[in-house]
Amino acid sequence: MNPLVLWFHKLGSPPYFYRLAGRLLPWLWGLAAIGIAAGLYGGLVLAPPDYQQSDAFRIIYIHVPSAWMSLFIYFFMAVNGFIALVWRIKLSEILAMAAAPVGAAFTFICLATGSLWGKPMWGTWWTWDARLTSELVLLFLYLGVIGLYHAIEDRRQAARAAAFLALIGIVNLPIVHFSVKWWNTLHQGSTVKLFGPSLIDSRMLWPLLIMAVATKFAFAASLLSRARVDLLELESGKDWARQIALAEETSA
Amino acid sequence: MNSPAPLEAPALLQARGLAYLRNDEPIFGPLDFALYPGEVVLIEGDNGSGKTTLLKVLSGLLAPSAGSVLLNGEPLTLARLSHQVALLGHLLGIKAELSPLQNLRFAIGLGGLRPGITPHHALKSVGLDGYEDVPLRQLSAGQKKRVALARLLLVPAALWLLDEPYANLDREGMALVNRLLEVHALRGGAALITSHGAYAYTSGTPRRLQLHAPAEKAA
Amino acid sequence: MSHGTALGACRALIVRDLALLWRRRGDALNPALFAVMVIMLFPFALGPEPQMLGRIAAGTVLVALLLAGLLSLDALFRSDLEDGSLEQLVLSPHPLPLLLACKIAVHWLTTALPLLLAAPLLGELLFLPPQVLGTLMAALALSTPLLSLIGAVCVALTVGMRRSGMLLALLVLPLYVPVLIFAAGACDAAQQGLPVAAPLLWLGAALVLALVLAPLACAAALRISLS
Repeated sequence: MNPLVLWFHKLGSPPYFYRLAGRLLPWLWGLAAIGIAAGLYGGLVLAPPDYQQSDAFRIIYIHVPSAWMSLFIYFFMAVNGFIALVWRIKLSEILAMAAAPVGAAFTFICLATGSLWGKPMWGTWWTWDARLTSELVLLFLYLGVIGLYHAIEDRRQAARAAAFLALIGIVNLPIVHFSVKWWNTLHQGSTVKLFGPSLIDSRMLWPLLIMAVATKFAFAASLLSRARVDLLELESGKDWARQIALAEETSA
Repeated sequence: MNSPAPLEAPALLQARGLAYLRNDEPIFGPLDFALYPGEVVLIEGDNGSGKTTLLKVLSGLLAPSAGSVLLNGEPLTLARLSHQVALLGHLLGIKAELSPLQNLRFAIGLGGLRPGITPHHALKSVGLDGYEDVPLRQLSAGQKKRVALARLLLVPAALWLLDEPYANLDREGMALVNRLLEVHALRGGAALITSHGAYAYTSGTPRRLQLHAPAEKAA
Repeated sequence: MSHGTALGACRALIVRDLALLWRRRGDALNPALFAVMVIMLFPFALGPEPQMLGRIAAGTVLVALLLAGLLSLDALFRSDLEDGSLEQLVLSPHPLPLLLACKIAVHWLTTALPLLLAAPLLGELLFLPPQVLGTLMAALALSTPLLSLIGAVCVALTVGMRRSGMLLALLVLPLYVPVLIFAAGACDAAQQGLPVAAPLLWLGAALVLALVLAPLACAAALRISLS
């Protein structure tokens, strides 16, 4: 067999994944922490203030990476959901469902920071801006997936149902975005353009890029931590899971 | 029909290494068995031994966690069900608001009709003549069961999967189930019936399949 | 042996569901009654000025009908699940998406159609400008089947649950957002005397897509839920 295919087969086996994830986790958390610290220092301290928004713009170093992550994680969840539904791979079910709360958290951070930003910029905590509204619908899509997952008794059936919902959501997402944009132009012509085609200073840009990478690591670390626990719970009847539980007990 | 059909005849139903897990806990299996035309097999087992789940897997409602089900030598999937299987579960699949006749007409529309029988005949042979147009909610539990049995008579299916067919029935009703099973077996059909403990199939000595709760198995 | 045809199965299913609805005909008016009550609350909350009510009339009617439809969705598979008919339906050799499409169609006919007929009355209660009524009816005619089809997929996902009401709303409402936007957009355009064709055509296109895809998705979701 092709070594890459073989590796994927190995990766799909729960004990192998559990050990691999355990080995990767400290690195991922470390990289995420260093990246976020560097990105925030660059963004909050080193970057010059914006000529229009002065220091208020600095919230983009949290807001924008969160917005990117909210979409990235939804996509990740839907891809894993698809794999779980078509090939019934247990690991994909777990990864998809472990990703959902992380994605919802990023979406919430994006909405909260957007709202905080809105107060000095637009004078209100909330505005029915097309992006914010789409992000709000995205949050509800996440909450629906999480709610459905927790409402069904059988874990694997729950994962499949929620994965199916995630797939419906990914079809729906562009439609929502398109319709909300259309609706937005219908109702208010003059939304404050936050990201016009203005040239962004490179001293402002690099912390943003670092944050974008660091949040990926944070997601990966959080995802693997959650997936490890879920996997252990789901496989609690299996020998390898028992051994790990026993080992933890004796070491504690 | 107490002697199974000759072994060279193709099995109507075959289970190979069939197992079902829920939350990774084994519900039953792995099971290997075959069911030949003309056979009535009794599945015995205590509560929780997976009898109902086994019937659902064999009907195709649930996908097995391991192994396969073959119908006439061909694998069974939900996407490729045939008219081969009739399932009578705990839930009878009949509407309390409608009359026996309406229920049976719907069943025929959905599943087809055996030649040479009408809903009226079927209701008569399960002892419900005179009740054709009475809404089911006015009938007793046993009478409702009889309506569901009449559905088995009408809809063409070589394999009957009956979950506790004797429950709620009086002595006469149990005899009726046995009669239906005998006729079905003589026609070349086969049936798998579940019962916990006291079985009531009196015609000949049917083959039995023992299911054990997984906990017992481990012991 | 006569196995029957898929068409025969559809007819049997439609006849049965209609017979059932006839037996429970007392319930048939409930969604429309609910919509009237919701509409009635708006003048109480916002005051009876015809001008203000007329401005929000179309959108309010749309939302009221959407909520009424949402409440009636739960009944789509509930009784079939409880008496085992759903298992028989899934085990039937005929294509499940086709049978489900029939069920959804009957459900739409019996819950959304009364609402649709009540819509002019509801509009009248809120002083809907007369020039908007035609557009509102067209938007409703296109959007209510769309809502039923999308809703059916989510109902199929929650079918095994005992208390699914709030969860169902959480699953369904984000998916309803685009439908509502285009339906309301058409009414808004009519109110301003602008052409209404574009949003209505979008709704029509979405309806055609949903007619094909939603029964397939519904069948897939149902199989997940029953497993």
